[in-house]
Amino acid sequence: MAIYSLKETKQPPQSQTKAILWLKDNLFSSALNVLLTFVALYILYLLLPPILNWTIFDANFDMTADNQSCGREGACWSFINANLKMFIYGFYPQEELWRVNTMFGLIAVLIAFGSLIKNSQYRAHYIIGSFLIYPVVAFILLHGGLGLEVVETDKWGGLTLTVVVAAVGIVASFPLGILFALGRQSEMRVVKFISVVYIEFVRGVPLITILFMASVVLPLFFSAGMDFDKLLRALIGITLFQTAYIAEVIRGGLQAIPRGQYEAADAAGLSFMQKTTLVILPQALKISIPNIVGSFISLFKDTTLLLIIGLFDMLAIVGAATSNSNWLGRETEGYVFVAMVIWVILYSMSHYSKRLEVRFSTEHK
Amino acid sequence: MFIKLKSLLYDNEVRAIVFQILAVAVIAYFAYQAFDNMMLNIEQRGIRSGFGFLNDEAGFAVNDNFFLEYSPASTNLQAFYVGIVNTLVVAIAGIFFASIIGLIIGVARLSSNYLIRKIATVYIETFRNIPILLQILFWYSIALNAFPSPKNSINFFDSIFLNSRGLYLPKPIMEGEFYLVLASLVIGIVAYIFIKKHSNKKHDETGVVTNTTPHFLSLVVALPIVAYFAFGAQLEYPALKGFNFRGGLDLSVEFFALGFALSVYTATYIAEAIRSGIESVDNGQKEAAASMGLTQAQSLRLVVLPQALRVAIPPIINQYLNLTKNSSLATAVGYSELVTVFSGTVLNVVGQAIEIIILTMLVYLTISLVISLILNIFNKKMQIKGK
Repeated sequence: MAIYSLKETKQPPQSQTKAILWLKDNLFSSALNVLLTFVALYILYLLLPPILNWTIFDANFDMTADNQSCGREGACWSFINANLKMFIYGFYPQEELWRVNTMFGLIAVLIAFGSLIKNSQYRAHYIIGSFLIYPVVAFILLHGGLGLEVVETDKWGGLTLTVVVAAVGIVASFPLGILFALGRQSEMRVVKFISVVYIEFVRGVPLITILFMASVVLPLFFSAGMDFDKLLRALIGITLFQTAYIAEVIRGGLQAIPRGQYEAADAAGLSFMQKTTLVILPQALKISIPNIVGSFISLFKDTTLLLIIGLFDMLAIVGAATSNSNWLGRETEGYVFVAMVIWVILYSMSHYSKRLEVRFSTEHK
Repeated sequence: MFIKLKSLLYDNEVRAIVFQILAVAVIAYFAYQAFDNMMLNIEQRGIRSGFGFLNDEAGFAVNDNFFLEYSPASTNLQAFYVGIVNTLVVAIAGIFFASIIGLIIGVARLSSNYLIRKIATVYIETFRNIPILLQILFWYSIALNAFPSPKNSINFFDSIFLNSRGLYLPKPIMEGEFYLVLASLVIGIVAYIFIKKHSNKKHDETGVVTNTTPHFLSLVVALPIVAYFAFGAQLEYPALKGFNFRGGLDLSVEFFALGFALSVYTATYIAEAIRSGIESVDNGQKEAAASMGLTQAQSLRLVVLPQALRVAIPPIINQYLNLTKNSSLATAVGYSELVTVFSGTVLNVVGQAIEIIILTMLVYLTISLVISLILNIFNKKMQIKGK
């Protein structure tokens, strides 16, 4: 009687082992694929060496080097080091920098505390309270008053200014955007007409014309005595612009709510305000959150336009720093640095928005 | 009586009317206040009002001018037209290149080749997460530094020159004969459209496919060239005079930096639109095409892309609009488009901010309107029939 025993399993043939199989599948599966691989390698060969040489191999990492000793073959990273404070704080006075740091630090503390009380019943109060109180505190810290030395807004700049403008833009445009979105959906013809005209007008023109409008034309609309801060004008322009886009995003959310929800709210005898604030908006906002983040991302990109109306955001600092006779001709280093900082911020935001999209999706899977 | 009033107060229609009247009243009040203040301010500052300034002499030169007659002695209105034409030129050039790059990258993103796919992904993630203004300034500074000085221009056949001021091409001289050449081009295009329609009809009726490429080459490409030489029209060649080239068609380095940055940036969005379009085509379509014996290229060209474009084109047209609006950032590098020339230079000279900015906005609004009309027509045409 023969006893059946398992044969030893064979190793896969050499050509089928992991690395080679992967290469075969992904790079050399057909004649066309082989050709494409070589095209891709050639593109990399053209692009990578000059980029790597400039940023790393020919670059000067000596942080004490000045413009002359740096050389011109590669990047001169000491330029960034020497101007780092300007890139972050603009022209904010040296001895008052702690105020900006405190402002940013407070955000971190608020968020950390918020995640600690995640399950507390007071969490909503806490969030709303922070949104109301923090801007006041931040403004006093940045601008001064209450015993702090006043720092005029023309001293603000760099990443600080970028973040301030983006934050004010999103916070101020959010409630306005909700109003216009509701207005556009409204059955009241006049309200609807005003909302549609406003939204389509703003979306039809470039931001730069709105910024010009805010910085040149807006002061004419007010009586002569009112002196308008340049930053305030820019903030008004950015908010008016962002409102139209947020309104469209929220309208998308409103339209995604099934009719049954409106009808059920009506049937339950809720008033218009109750229906909107308790039934419709919570659902519409939740659906729109990923797109709101997307809109925030484009707002963050748009803050670079402040340069054109003469404010010193991070991008404008490149021009300011290289106009200093010590650092002539180092624009490229500046642009690359600013691009990297903004890229990291935007890339993490867009990934965050993708995660939110997954988290908020209530579809059955 | 009181009960009646109270029920009026809670009547939805009455409430709506009262609310709307209030809204209009508030807006009218603020508009009146703003207008009143504005008139007062304008008077105090001694600014003129009205559109009379359009007929004044402009008094400044523009760097980029493609088709129109313009000199510092021209009027502000002519400067306005030059600005519009320059906006359209850079927008159309940008749209053309952004579409090509976007199509390539979008298809590459779905390639089965790992390297190609990764390069496309890195391209998209890099360029869409850097603000467009930063990209414009970056390419401008690179071009200024990397291209040679006018004396050492890169020279192609003694007729095309590239240097740090721009690209210089021979320009056809716009005289009587030249319009004959243009006419022959129009005739060629019209004739080609007829042939194409005819061959499509033949294809529908008999199934015979006619290759119309030779017709295209002979009618649209060869005919105008032949006509050009037959009529003896002339080219104007650029020549080095003093510090820079004169004559010929001059594409400034500002135009390049702007057009390049706009194309590269917008291409990332177009690529994403094309990718999601292709992904939206049901897999069964590809399988059906393969089982009918179509090659991969045929399946892509005849089955997948026509269906993918239906989904992809609306967002792409929106991106075209965005590109046109973003071309206003030219003002940061000084390419003479609408915002630079009109809201920049003319505004500084004349000072009539309100009229000038309103005119500028109207131009962009018109462009937006035209583009959304095109989009609506497309959507109507592309609706799946029978549904």
